[in-house]
Amino acid sequence: MSETGRIAARFAALKEQNRAALVTFITAGDPDFETSLEILRRLPQAGADIIELGMPFTDPMADGPAIQLASQRALAAGQTLPRTLEMVRRFRETDAETPIVLMGYYNPIYVYGNARFLAEAREAGVDGLIVVDLPPEEDEELCLPALEAGINFIRLATPTTDAARLPKVLNNASGFLYYVSVTGVTGTREPDVDAVRDALAYIRTATDLPIAVGFGVKTPQQARAIAEVADGVVVGSALVNAVRDSLDDQGRATDGTVSAVLDLVSALAEGVRAARQ
Amino acid sequence: MSESTPNSFRSGPDEHGRFGIHGGRFVAETLMPLVLELEAAYEEARNDPAFHAEMEAFLRDYVGRPSPLYFAERLTEHLGGAKIYFKRDELNHTGAHKINNVLGQILLARRMGKTRIIAETGAGQHGVATATACARFGLECVVYMGEVDVERQQPNVFRMKLLGAEVVPVSSGSRTLKDALNEALRDWVANVENTFYCIGTVAGPHPYPMMVRDFQAVIGREARAQILEKEGRLPDALVAAIGGGSNAMGLFYPFLDDTDVAMYGVEAAGKGLETGLHAASISGGKPGVLHGNRTYLLMDEDGQIKEAHSISAGLDYPGIGPEHAWLHEVGRVNYVAATDEEALEAFQVCSRLEGIIPALEPAHALAHVMKLAPEMDKDQIIIMNMCGRGDKDIFTVAKHLGVEL
Repeated sequence: MSETGRIAARFAALKEQNRAALVTFITAGDPDFETSLEILRRLPQAGADIIELGMPFTDPMADGPAIQLASQRALAAGQTLPRTLEMVRRFRETDAETPIVLMGYYNPIYVYGNARFLAEAREAGVDGLIVVDLPPEEDEELCLPALEAGINFIRLATPTTDAARLPKVLNNASGFLYYVSVTGVTGTREPDVDAVRDALAYIRTATDLPIAVGFGVKTPQQARAIAEVADGVVVGSALVNAVRDSLDDQGRATDGTVSAVLDLVSALAEGVRAARQ
Repeated sequence: MSESTPNSFRSGPDEHGRFGIHGGRFVAETLMPLVLELEAAYEEARNDPAFHAEMEAFLRDYVGRPSPLYFAERLTEHLGGAKIYFKRDELNHTGAHKINNVLGQILLARRMGKTRIIAETGAGQHGVATATACARFGLECVVYMGEVDVERQQPNVFRMKLLGAEVVPVSSGSRTLKDALNEALRDWVANVENTFYCIGTVAGPHPYPMMVRDFQAVIGREARAQILEKEGRLPDALVAAIGGGSNAMGLFYPFLDDTDVAMYGVEAAGKGLETGLHAASISGGKPGVLHGNRTYLLMDEDGQIKEAHSISAGLDYPGIGPEHAWLHEVGRVNYVAATDEEALEAFQVCSRLEGIIPALEPAHALAHVMKLAPEMDKDQIIIMNMCGRGDKDIFTVAKHLGVEL
């Protein structure tokens, strides 16, 4: 399948520059809609190449404490799926090029209605979806309709994805492949760069898709190390922790919230850009 | 009821783990190979006579099966209608039906060479059963339990610790059973090599709903043989309480194709369905996807999962097993609800008339029996699953009755 769209264009451009993509995750609506939108709008300038926007859910089974708490903050502030789509629309008013991938769990989408969701996501300017609890076995639910709607469905490969299973994971994969660098939930264990390098070398024998690596990357040094072997580095928990650490006693945003996130993104971007010098 | 009546109600799930649209395998990719490994291991075990022989020996000598089918004569007279029998799974070792399933899963875990067992628990009954079987087989046991439940079920927390299990209080989300399940899934993702996840009900990704049903179906198989021996015929109605629905599935399954047998699954209506404070996923929820399967769930308009409310911690779950969701849609089982108040009333009536203190879970089933039996003829028969004993609930009940212990 030939890849078109913002995600393919972005990876192609970065390949020209011989560097990896910095993929940043924030939870939509964390700690509130306006602050979150402000962060979102300024991420590209701070150095984010691709944006993963988390759709908050009450029961994020694959996420560690950092992203769970971010979801809870966002839901407490009134975030909903329509408001997350609204954030994307507002972002697109000022940025037509940075790819946006919505990441979350299936239930809020299913309840909203798959067809309606895909149509509105496409119209809002969403480029890809990562739906954690939809493995290839459930492709008919949302993956195939998403591809038909012109939205990439980004697949996760993990250390438990063995040779027998890899073709199943790659079948219908599009946009990029998200390699989960550890067995575990987001933001807990640190990735072993040598193990990641070996895993990616093997996966590359089976696909030409760009491969982004995430789950556990927190510092510019780690980002740099991963950027030497991967096509993209995903950072999430560290960014939502930066949000958390900037809040006041009542859990509200402060003057330092937006800059706390953007400063970390800038540092991570420097790490990624230094990787292949 | 849009689907046509199938040839058999016992043929599910299909090869995708679906019961109609319900069920499935909605899990993260990291877990998918484990779920497939479990499916293959279970398929092999269920076709191995040695597995069944081992299971039967432990059910007999360790659990105390078969459990009696008891004619509740004074309750029958009191209600003045159908004859009421109790399937007495509260007499099992550990005091509830949970051990039937746990034993099957632990024997399977041993076959698979797993050395560490994890489980979620709400009221603590499944946790206690899992801790018990792990003690018996010398396996490491970690039980996840919501902080709220840890506080309100202290005796069971202590029992689990006595049995050598580690009890991990869960502080995320609503700090109850659903969050304990999330945390157990997170543990499983992080410990894929040596860990077996022992789920306590007929929910989760395929093959769990099928496997747990199969292990609990011993209840219905025994009850069917026992009623034929005592009455020479099948019952007119089966009644069982529903949280996730494992005791009900176990009783119902062997009777599903006996279409003259009516079935009632009793959900917890909490303070009343109209108040929104309940745990009745079918009566008050809609289809969604959580914890690996599609089924009826309690949620808000945005698909966020809501907390369940019930006086019974064992029914306090915002979902229901996917096979129940399907049996509801094809109209084979009637799903009804009983409130906290009705269950408390039934709890006391049963204690005084039969000398059996029921758990609050089967007290919900009994509350429906008390509505149903008087409407039926005296020559008709009801079997109710007395799926747990009430010792664990006396503090809760005392509090609601305004008694200080």
